[in-house]
Amino acid sequence: MTDSKHISWFKDIGLADRPHVGGKGGSLGELQRAGIDVPPGFVVRTATFERFVEFLEQQAPVRAEVEPLESGDLISIGRVSARLRERFEQTRLPPDITAELIHAHEMLSGDTGAAVAVRSSATTEDAADASFAGLQDTFLWVTTADDVLKLIRRCWSSLYSVESISYRRKLSIPEEGVAMAVVVQRMVNARTAGVMFTRSPTTGDRSVITIEGAWGLGSAVVGGEVTPDRWVVGKITGEVSSRDVSDKATEHLPAAGGGVDHVPVPEERRRTACLSDEELQVLRSVARKVERHYGCAQDIEWAIDRDSNSLFLLQSRPETVWSSKDPAPAAKAVADPAMHVMSIFGGKR
Amino acid sequence: MQFTADDDQRFWFYNSMHFPEPMCAFDMITAEAAYCALGSSTTRVFSLPTTLGIDYRIVNGRVYIGGNAVTDPAEIERRTHEFQQRAFYYYANWESLYAQWKEKMLSLIKDAQELEKVHLPEFEPLEHVHAGRGVASNHTLIDVYQKTLEGYFRMWHHHFEFLLLGYGAYLTFFAFCKKAFPEISDQTVARMVAGMEAEIFRPDEELRRLAHCAVELGVDGHFIEGRSVEDLMKSLKAGGSNGSAWLAELEASREPWFNINVGDGFYHYHRSWNDDLSMPLSAIPGYIRLIKAGESLKRPVEKLQAERTQLIEDYRELLSSDDERQAYDQMITLAHRVFPYVEGHKFYCEHWYTNLFFNKIREFGDLLCTHGFFKKADDVFQLTHYELESAVIDLMTAWSAGSKPRGPARWPAIVQERRDAIQEWAKHTPPPALGPVPDVIDDPAIVMLWGITRESLNTWLGIGDGANPNEIRGFAASNGIVEGPACVVKSVEDTARLRDGDILVCQVTNPTWAPLFQKIAGAVSDIGGSMSHAAIVAREYGLPAVVGTGSATSRIRDGQRIRVDGARGIVTLL
Repeated sequence: MTDSKHISWFKDIGLADRPHVGGKGGSLGELQRAGIDVPPGFVVRTATFERFVEFLEQQAPVRAEVEPLESGDLISIGRVSARLRERFEQTRLPPDITAELIHAHEMLSGDTGAAVAVRSSATTEDAADASFAGLQDTFLWVTTADDVLKLIRRCWSSLYSVESISYRRKLSIPEEGVAMAVVVQRMVNARTAGVMFTRSPTTGDRSVITIEGAWGLGSAVVGGEVTPDRWVVGKITGEVSSRDVSDKATEHLPAAGGGVDHVPVPEERRRTACLSDEELQVLRSVARKVERHYGCAQDIEWAIDRDSNSLFLLQSRPETVWSSKDPAPAAKAVADPAMHVMSIFGGKR
Repeated sequence: MQFTADDDQRFWFYNSMHFPEPMCAFDMITAEAAYCALGSSTTRVFSLPTTLGIDYRIVNGRVYIGGNAVTDPAEIERRTHEFQQRAFYYYANWESLYAQWKEKMLSLIKDAQELEKVHLPEFEPLEHVHAGRGVASNHTLIDVYQKTLEGYFRMWHHHFEFLLLGYGAYLTFFAFCKKAFPEISDQTVARMVAGMEAEIFRPDEELRRLAHCAVELGVDGHFIEGRSVEDLMKSLKAGGSNGSAWLAELEASREPWFNINVGDGFYHYHRSWNDDLSMPLSAIPGYIRLIKAGESLKRPVEKLQAERTQLIEDYRELLSSDDERQAYDQMITLAHRVFPYVEGHKFYCEHWYTNLFFNKIREFGDLLCTHGFFKKADDVFQLTHYELESAVIDLMTAWSAGSKPRGPARWPAIVQERRDAIQEWAKHTPPPALGPVPDVIDDPAIVMLWGITRESLNTWLGIGDGANPNEIRGFAASNGIVEGPACVVKSVEDTARLRDGDILVCQVTNPTWAPLFQKIAGAVSDIGGSMSHAAIVAREYGLPAVVGTGSATSRIRDGQRIRVDGARGIVTLL
């Protein structure tokens, strides 16, 4: 598992490598370094993307096509997008890159040919200041090396989707620095998966963890296709102060020939809680560990393996909503501590 | 204190927390003395800026109370100036003032214990005459009676000497936590503040100690579940020197730790462990069983202490800035400083002293009963304390004149009428509030002592969302969810029916009940907040508990299956 300029294994990277491995890749490497279980994998570095773009530029302009577009001109953007995406997806990778990726995939997938996920990892995505999470693609349950190669190019091409281009044009982000890394990671055959926030999304309370989960792969929760079960757990106490078990109509399961099936949940499981109290506590302790490691509130994707019942984290990024509007301190120190009681006795509430 | 026409314009709420049942005439002294002392503390002694004292009115045996808010800004400022000179001195000198308080309370208790037993001999004892005492026994009656009342009123002044300041400092920290951590549970804040060695734990600890003694002395075989106190005592006395040794240990525990009553100190019929040993002694077989099964009955004080320290440290770490952390440190330090009083005072006031007081009144009941005033000694509690004084004077006069007192012809009918009235009143649910409801409730005394806010009033008055008829809401007191049969306990006798795994449903719990917690699976009470006895003990035992529901004992049928969600404060009827 030696490093090359084209790929990096998770164990060798961290947040500091984000310019080269993207936000998602950097975060997965960082989590692994912090001793958190993440499914093993590697990152196709931005340099690889750049080599491919240069390769394409030799045939016809790429960046020069995008640069002059107006963010509101969706018709022109649509035309350019379709043309560029077609080129990304139809052009084969240079042979040395292909060989290296096939080798890495073999090592990852092993003799059993375990399925992998191919996930875009943009250099701007997942950063606390400019989250445009969700604008790039993720492909689940990929079973062949051929598909992996194809989908890496598809991830890259998603950088030239109509939404991505118009977003960049609106913020006048120069095309020169735009690059994307791609994560290739073993799939977790999730029995239950979901997201959690290490502070309350409703009140911003830092002392609670909000956990949302549903049956099957996490894509059903992240994609909003199912109303997840929801718990509020005391970060320190472990108290479950709120539990809402929802009616979970669908679940995402691995399809026989690769990819994901959307399957109706059998009646008897629909209204059953998808996590036990013990599992909630395991999630809590991992969430605390991750938050402590990063030193700020986190937005985490997780999955529990169907066979081993082990918990894996698939992603962790800084929470952005409340962190950007932290209110004034609840109180400030005073010279005479007794003065604090005036908040109760002084009638100024 | 009856309602008058003027009172219609004011807002009153039913103090079901302290007075859940109709009061009999004598017991109304508990309201009179308590509000008299509370008001002096808030209005005159500490000059709370935004509130004066609490007025109370009694209708059909129910105590309604109303605050006297100060709203004029100039007046608030004037009172604030006074308040800070007074209250801040107390906060700054808390430990020494509290040590002085304990001495005052112990000397008050000693005075009450040393009051002469009331008794009217046919002839004045010869030794009194020869000693030239010059005061006859009938004078002792009025002397002791007045001293009894005086001591009781004084006790309530002591009770409120620190109470508002103590609650205020606790609530300051509480409010800070709620602001910094909007979803923190009341019980978590309570756990950060609660002490480990408070007096309220002692009675139960004494029972555990006695169980250990029984095993060590080899007399544990005498303790059989369901055995009467007389049988047990007889059997122990016949049990040789070890039996006597255990009885000596029992006597050592009884004074003072069995001076806790089964209520909150507002009803004469909430008797103490010392008055009725069946309650404490019935817990000992269970404790002996645990000891024999190899369990330690010692409270893990060091572990609890370490957990509390960790909890405080963990929340501290979550705060957003060092400035905020410093404020947190200041507030929790103050809360810890005041808390021994908040936790400890009840044992001395509502329990120990109150028992002495009611038992003294019982002596008058016995005496008056002997002289034909009452059919039963207990009837004495159907007279107000003013009427009782007149009855005592009636007896004194008759004794001196050698004639018949007038009371026997007068009181029995009145007593009967009042007993009937209380029985009738008890059947009716009193309205939770009377008069115009204010928009905001900003009276710190009311918020502090009764936990009443505009939100809680809305719930009581049925304003707002239609509530689920199968749900009873209260304070989330101790985390966890449990389902089981309810055992609705309305008197001490009822506790004998508790089976392992039952959910205890009661009006109020206090230190007396701690031994029951070894049997039950969960607890629900009508009265109490997150710092109430039930809440504290339930957390120690790790039992789900919901307190302060207001109506659990009337809405839950005995034997009914219920679910207690101690984290959310909800009891569901299944």
